[in-house]
Amino acid sequence: MPVARVAVPTTVDEAVQALRETPGAQLLAGGTDFCVEVNFGLRRPPAVVALRRVRELRRYEVTPASVVIGAGTTYADMGGPELSSVLPALAAAARTVGSPQIRNAGTLGGNVATASPAGDTLPLLTALDARVRLRGPSGGRTVALGEVVTGVKTTSIAPDEVVVEVVLDRRPGPQQFLKVGTRNAMVIAIASAAVVVDLEAHDVRVALGSVAPVPVRAAAAEAHIADAIDWRAAGGPRASAAALARFAELVADAASPITDHRSTSEYRRRAVQVIARRALERCVARAA
Amino acid sequence: MPREERVPREEREEGAGASPGRAGAGDASGGVPAYVQADTYELTVNGTRRAVEDAWLGESLLFVLRERLGLSGSKNACEQGECGSCSVLLDGVVVCACLVLGVDAIGSRVETVEGLSAAGDVADIQAALVDAGGVQCGFCTPGFVVAVHDLLRRVPGADEMAVREALSGNLCRCTGYGRILEAVRDVQRSRAGSDGGHGAGA
Repeated sequence: MPVARVAVPTTVDEAVQALRETPGAQLLAGGTDFCVEVNFGLRRPPAVVALRRVRELRRYEVTPASVVIGAGTTYADMGGPELSSVLPALAAAARTVGSPQIRNAGTLGGNVATASPAGDTLPLLTALDARVRLRGPSGGRTVALGEVVTGVKTTSIAPDEVVVEVVLDRRPGPQQFLKVGTRNAMVIAIASAAVVVDLEAHDVRVALGSVAPVPVRAAAAEAHIADAIDWRAAGGPRASAAALARFAELVADAASPITDHRSTSEYRRRAVQVIARRALERCVARAA
Repeated sequence: MPREERVPREEREEGAGASPGRAGAGDASGGVPAYVQADTYELTVNGTRRAVEDAWLGESLLFVLRERLGLSGSKNACEQGECGSCSVLLDGVVVCACLVLGVDAIGSRVETVEGLSAAGDVADIQAALVDAGGVQCGFCTPGFVVAVHDLLRRVPGADEMAVREALSGNLCRCTGYGRILEAVRDVQRSRAGSDGGHGAGA
């Protein structure tokens, strides 16, 4: 008997309670994935727990050290002035999602819980070692994003747990997100990359999307380029053309893309190294 | 014909705004979640309280508007948020009605293309689309009207790039978009003119 009741909780605890009371219930946030599945008859859960009225999920908080973003924060909010000033690459990623209509509906928590390889916020979250706060019947727990997203559209989130918020450390320095698709709008990523440069720790973080079952860090590329950058160059850090070329190769090595209806493995591997290098060059100057 | 009932102004105002609003299905208290289980519920559409009857709870807001409430202005094409033909305002924010569960709109303010002008009238955006030749088969037009309405209300003087970005989720397979963009400029010009010439610097 599909979708026989819809819970409309107003707090996270009520949402958890509703999940306990209705086994098999589906959480509904922005609906940009789930409602498509219902419309096409692919999903008919016994019940739905709708999160639109849970105001505490819409909060976000910026401190000097970190940014805590409520799971109900929409892509439109992430692309807005406040969050884009502290997390410009997250804002850039959010602005590449769908259309204004989709960005007004889709949420950060939905992107995490859906765990699509093409989830546009996930590379930046992966680059920043995001922690995900979950709440269930026995209380809350904080889990690294890499332990939440376990495979293509699979997570370690329990059926009676709700994604409450995502915690990101702030990094002093430039950050970029780039994505390749067939249009500049309304497109699911064929490949994506987030680059975060830390001007104090002198490190570089690179995470890739749509080129593996889960978002991946390009650890060898990170180590190589952090070593190769002249961090104390006048006018800001810079890297040689040879170092950037090697960086791109190591990025490609970190990818394990597939061929599917959106693209080929070969194109994805090529595209991801081009955009990762371009993103890095927008953060770090090329030495003459 | 579903029962209609005017919502008092104060109540409309309360339900307005970008906040998620409260559930009309019964307010939760003491940590007990409220449920919608009946196949009959109420939605506030274009300022009017409307009874939705004999509905399945898995129906999209688009289906409810078209098939339960007889508001066929919002069009059904892709059912996956790709085409924008079902654009509506939900608590003042433009969304695809096909991606909203009908019951999830309980307690919220829904505005459809039918609500953008007084009965029988044509909104300036609609007139401009007709005048500029931005309407051919017309199927996408209501979605564009809602999206343009939303944009120009927020950013009257939106430049070309902002207009293109705002309309990037609305597909038209007839016009090639040129005349739709022209219609938007025409609306901006005429609204700026009637405001005394400032405001819409398109």
